[in-house]
Amino acid sequence: MDIDTSVVWIVIIYFAVFMYVLLDGFDLGIGILFPFVKGKRERDTMMNTVAPVWDGNETWLVLGGEGLLAAFPVAYSIILSGLYLPLIFMLVGLVFRGVAFEFRFKAREGGRHLWDKAFIGGSVTAAFFQGVSLGAFLDGIAVSGHSYAGGALDWVAPFPILAGFGVIIAYTLLGSTWLIMRTEGELHERMIQVARPFALLLMAAIVVVSIWTPLRDPAVAERWFTFPNILYLAPVPVLVLLAFALLLGSLKGKPQRWPFVAALALVFLGYTGMAISIWPHIVPPSITIWEAASPPSSQEFALVGTLVILPVILAYTTWSYWVFRGKVKADAGYH
Amino acid sequence: MAGISALDLARIQFAFTMSFHILFPAVTIGLASYLAVLELAWLKTKRQVYVDLYHFWLKIFAVMFGMGVVSGIVMAYQIGTNWSNMSAFAGSILGPVLAYEVLTAFFLEAGFLGVMLFGWHRVGPRLHFLATAMVAVGTLVSATWILAANSWMQTPQGYAIEGGRMVPSDWLAIIFNPSFPYRLLHMVVAAFLTTALIVGATGAWQLLRRRDNPAVRTMLSMAMWMLLLVAPIQAVIGDFHGLNTAKHQPAKLAAMEGHWQNTPGEAVGLKLFGIPDMEAETTRYALEVPHLGSLVLTHSWNGQFPGLKDFPKDERPNSLIVFWSFRLMVGLGLLMIALGAWSLWLRRGGRLFTTRAFLRAALWLGPAGLIAILAGWVTTEVGRQPWVVYGVLRTADAVSPHGALALALTLGIFVVSYFFVFGAGTVYVLRLMRKGPQHFALQRAPEGGPGQGRTPARPMSAADVGNDDEGTGEGIGPDGKGN
Repeated sequence: MDIDTSVVWIVIIYFAVFMYVLLDGFDLGIGILFPFVKGKRERDTMMNTVAPVWDGNETWLVLGGEGLLAAFPVAYSIILSGLYLPLIFMLVGLVFRGVAFEFRFKAREGGRHLWDKAFIGGSVTAAFFQGVSLGAFLDGIAVSGHSYAGGALDWVAPFPILAGFGVIIAYTLLGSTWLIMRTEGELHERMIQVARPFALLLMAAIVVVSIWTPLRDPAVAERWFTFPNILYLAPVPVLVLLAFALLLGSLKGKPQRWPFVAALALVFLGYTGMAISIWPHIVPPSITIWEAASPPSSQEFALVGTLVILPVILAYTTWSYWVFRGKVKADAGYH
Repeated sequence: MAGISALDLARIQFAFTMSFHILFPAVTIGLASYLAVLELAWLKTKRQVYVDLYHFWLKIFAVMFGMGVVSGIVMAYQIGTNWSNMSAFAGSILGPVLAYEVLTAFFLEAGFLGVMLFGWHRVGPRLHFLATAMVAVGTLVSATWILAANSWMQTPQGYAIEGGRMVPSDWLAIIFNPSFPYRLLHMVVAAFLTTALIVGATGAWQLLRRRDNPAVRTMLSMAMWMLLLVAPIQAVIGDFHGLNTAKHQPAKLAAMEGHWQNTPGEAVGLKLFGIPDMEAETTRYALEVPHLGSLVLTHSWNGQFPGLKDFPKDERPNSLIVFWSFRLMVGLGLLMIALGAWSLWLRRGGRLFTTRAFLRAALWLGPAGLIAILAGWVTTEVGRQPWVVYGVLRTADAVSPHGALALALTLGIFVVSYFFVFGAGTVYVLRLMRKGPQHFALQRAPEGGPGQGRTPARPMSAADVGNDDEGTGEGIGPDGKGN
């Protein structure tokens, strides 16, 4: 085969994780935003904007994980055991967040606050530890041979912690702009107010990471700031500035879709920038995608199905979103 | 924690999270198919009872499915977090199989779940049925892939070992490995049985509480027909599965039977009772039926099968555990067959819905399927020890290099959170069951009428808000719904 299946697979995994960040990003953002909204009706509405789709959104995380196991088993083995504690904390966060979707509506009046708290706590925990995992991953994972060689607490370091807060900020922005698009009235107005400071915070986080990463790692500096790379990669920071301008501009006046589109663009660009920085490594700083790859017979077998089925998945997922399109209102029917 | 190694903790943790998880798919596999049948029956007959039952079980399905999703994501990651050496060693084979599960099953379920749960008034009846059917198909496809993966680990083939790793050489041989068809059938039928028992118990509970209505009668009757037909079939499948185990995992079978050694020319008895002792290499207090072991396991009067002493000491699974977990499963299976037969007897003369002793038995056997599934999985998983990939990779070599402290911490977190979260879930499910099926109003208030939003505000769940003074509520009414 002339096609390098390892490259195709890393693109698929990047895509799956990006879909996850994007889709579960606004889901988790809604949980993080719960403390900003006190009323039960408003909280019901917030949850109802994602209730029919959150499960599908989370499935992208599973695809990212299983895709990694199929195509790069060595990387799966090292990354998952290296990031053991943050990943387990993230999973437990997702458990509390996920059950809250059903339990919140099943609990008696007195018990509901418990699941509100589970929803908030689970969302914040999952988002934070996703960021910590990402930060620790970018920071580099200690490897000896093809096994994890670091300690259980290697992730307790400034950069991963900062990344944890960065992801919380990004998800909050995604969540608030999603709600601007999907709600109306007071909640809509409230979300516009919330989105503004988080837009500024996200920009600040992007600036800090963009300065910090090349300073920490000369390889990243070389990737971005040597000729001719600097020419090819220049559009990334330029587009970030444009997306940021669009975000701030659209939040003035009567925003609907555009803040969400701009927030998506920002997250996409930040994510792409990260991918550019670590290429072609899959376990930075030492293991490349080719060293971690499973044999061609595995990659090809899984690839055939993926390339056929993924478009079908995107089609019916889009259909499901389309069925539940439009503004969501709190229903007065049961008050 | 004297005497407990990191390996033990990793195993306890996996067993704990896995045991919780399997209960939810077991119920949702069965319920999804049941819901598809109910909706089809409604489409064909337009009888109100089917639509009432559909929406009653849909609410329970939603809670169970949610718990299955969140506990399942933990499993997808624990393969790497706890068993990283196994994922590096066998990931080239397990990975693609699990990736196919995600692509063909998880997305299918998730993609149509939203419409199934919240789309009743958003799409036409046929499209809604399609969504239910797709979710049901998704659960079965998921079971197929995951059991292919598990079966391959039990009876591996179609691989080569290159550079210290397993490499696939024949994908068809990997997927259709020798134990796969038996294990798949056994598990899917177990899921159907488990669901039938739960549905039957819910109906019996309502009748015992003197809440007799057509919906309650229909659910009990449907469940008992299912049990009557399927419980005996399960016994036959189980028998074939046992023969397959005898052929491919003889040490497991010897441990299940507490069978240590053969006497030349003599038949093997079947032990009804006994305390296998791994140190003394004997089964104490054995109560045997002569020849029955030979008959059941070799289908011949004097046949022999290997005893535990035919295997090196460090390749013997713990017989005490699997001897009893196996007997628990079989015992419950026999009770299920008996309950099904009893229900048939009572149908003559129409006493099915009024015989309180029978209703009580049906109620008490409600969780029997779940317990039998756990017992069966304990049998097959403990029975394959010390191997994780049978005969190729030992469990001790599969584990991640974590310290005991980190594992004890995460185990503690899992235990506390799971009991809290899934304990609460169980309470909510029992409350829904106690409330029983309600009248589902097919006609809605006109669009834009009072209290009508533009999109559904969780029709299923919203109806239950603060409403557990059972029977007085509207149940699954159209409140909370708009367009």
